[in-house]
Amino acid sequence: MIQRSGLLSRLDSPRVLGYLLITPAAIILLGLLAYPLLLGVWLSLTSATLGKTGEFVGLQNYATILADPIFRGAAGFSVMYTVCAEIGKLVLGLALALLLNQRFRGYRASRALMLLPWVAPTVLSALAWLWLLDPQFSALSWLLIRLHLIHSNIDFLGHPWSARFSLIVVNIWRGLPYFAIGYLAGLQSISKDLYEAAAIDGAGGWQAFRRITWPLLLPITTILVAFSAIFTLTDFQLIQTITHGGPTDATQVFTTLAYQRAITGGQLGEGAAIAISPIVFMVVLAVIVVRSVRDR
Amino acid sequence: MRNLRIYGPLTLYGIFLLLPFYWMVLTTFKSNAELLNTPNPFWIVHGTFSHIVELLTTTAYLQWFANTLFVSVASTIVSVFISYITAYAIIRLRFPGAEVVSTAIFLAYIVPPAILFIPLATIIFQLHWFDKLWALVPIYCTFLIPFCTWLLIGFLKNIPRELEEAARIDGASNLAILWRIIFPIAVPGLISAAIFSFTLSWNEYLYALVYMSSSGNKTISVGMVTELIRGDVFQWGQLMAGALIGVLPAVLVYFFFVEYYVAGMSGSVKE
Repeated sequence: MIQRSGLLSRLDSPRVLGYLLITPAAIILLGLLAYPLLLGVWLSLTSATLGKTGEFVGLQNYATILADPIFRGAAGFSVMYTVCAEIGKLVLGLALALLLNQRFRGYRASRALMLLPWVAPTVLSALAWLWLLDPQFSALSWLLIRLHLIHSNIDFLGHPWSARFSLIVVNIWRGLPYFAIGYLAGLQSISKDLYEAAAIDGAGGWQAFRRITWPLLLPITTILVAFSAIFTLTDFQLIQTITHGGPTDATQVFTTLAYQRAITGGQLGEGAAIAISPIVFMVVLAVIVVRSVRDR
Repeated sequence: MRNLRIYGPLTLYGIFLLLPFYWMVLTTFKSNAELLNTPNPFWIVHGTFSHIVELLTTTAYLQWFANTLFVSVASTIVSVFISYITAYAIIRLRFPGAEVVSTAIFLAYIVPPAILFIPLATIIFQLHWFDKLWALVPIYCTFLIPFCTWLLIGFLKNIPRELEEAARIDGASNLAILWRIIFPIAVPGLISAAIFSFTLSWNEYLYALVYMSSSGNKTISVGMVTELIRGDVFQWGQLMAGALIGVLPAVLVYFFFVEYYVAGMSGSVKE
């Protein structure tokens, strides 16, 4: 064995080397993630504006936004958007996973293509949706008129409810592949023996799904939903690109409103308060995620 | 019958999931006249390359493309490297506090940029990083490092310890094991991490939108939304050409490494 110098061998001890190796990650995450997180809480308690530090105002910003009907609408739609989109992604993603789990010709190609919405940059595909939902030249309206389902073009994004519905559909479109792949991995880890035993006992397809597949997929469902909900609740790209929170704030969510108040409007303190407010839901979701990941 | 039960629903999914991409391609090659007035919007009668030519010659699109490429490649290299040594330290060196660090990394992974961008903006200003393209590299590391480290922790856990113990008996240092023994075995995991990092960086919007302001420093998504959409008249041909070209790199990387991608995606929910 080669004798190493004292310094080098001390550097190579698990303790010293361990701390050395995590230093770069620690610097970046403490400086640009943990510190801003705390600074955000502080900012939300001040009257800071773009360019001015502001003063400590206590819970003033929170009182202001809670009294603001636009904020309450944004909070309401954020929750609605998340709940509806998660249900849609769960159901359609699971159905797609069950479909893909049956071996058939073209399985690999189908799986690869179905993932595209998740791979493509969201803003760019949102632009394609914006154009598909155009009030005058929408191809979807054209198709529906041809099928004699409607008489004139639908102004998808011009009315509160149709705009909300459209955004939820687009969010499902983007997030469904993530659920499908997560579920596909879950399905492939279920032993085939269970189904054979169930078939011998005379269980039909639906019964096998309810008694075997679904209970075994529950843990992965919790992780997928909680995880996806954290990012749907704080979605920005889709909504900012397609509706900017309009028409007249009908599709405003936490992040778009925070962006408009803080960056466009310069009210940093108020914006920070809006941006932080979904944390109430997120702590619950984070606890669920951490617990289920640890259980696995 | 079995075929119909599989391919029928699959076709419906295909139409729904691929429609916007079909629409990008179609619009890119349609003339302006045909975009506004056509007997069938789902087809092209006379194709044209004029939108692509205009996009590349009259706008700053190529600059935005180069910027996005630079930021994505640089943040991928930096974050995969940092994540690998971090994951190695947590899993293989087991220094005191490794468990705490691992939990902290996971928590960092689930902090969305949406609650960080406002306070981070004030920090970027103080550091004089505002409107500096390279500043996006450390900023993107804040979401890439937690993600990649988590992915690699799961990967390194499954590499048998016997390998490094044998090397240790031969007198190899921890650092040598990190580079010569574990690194080559970890390559598939590193590829997964790199593809994800590249895709996530290519996709990023909020930070680039808030922290970059001059046209020369914008990324594709930001440049298109802030500069190609002017007033109420949308140049759809140009916009869709830009979207199509902007989607291509992400899709090409993905198709090239699709198995790693799926493995990483399933892994991220499994571990």
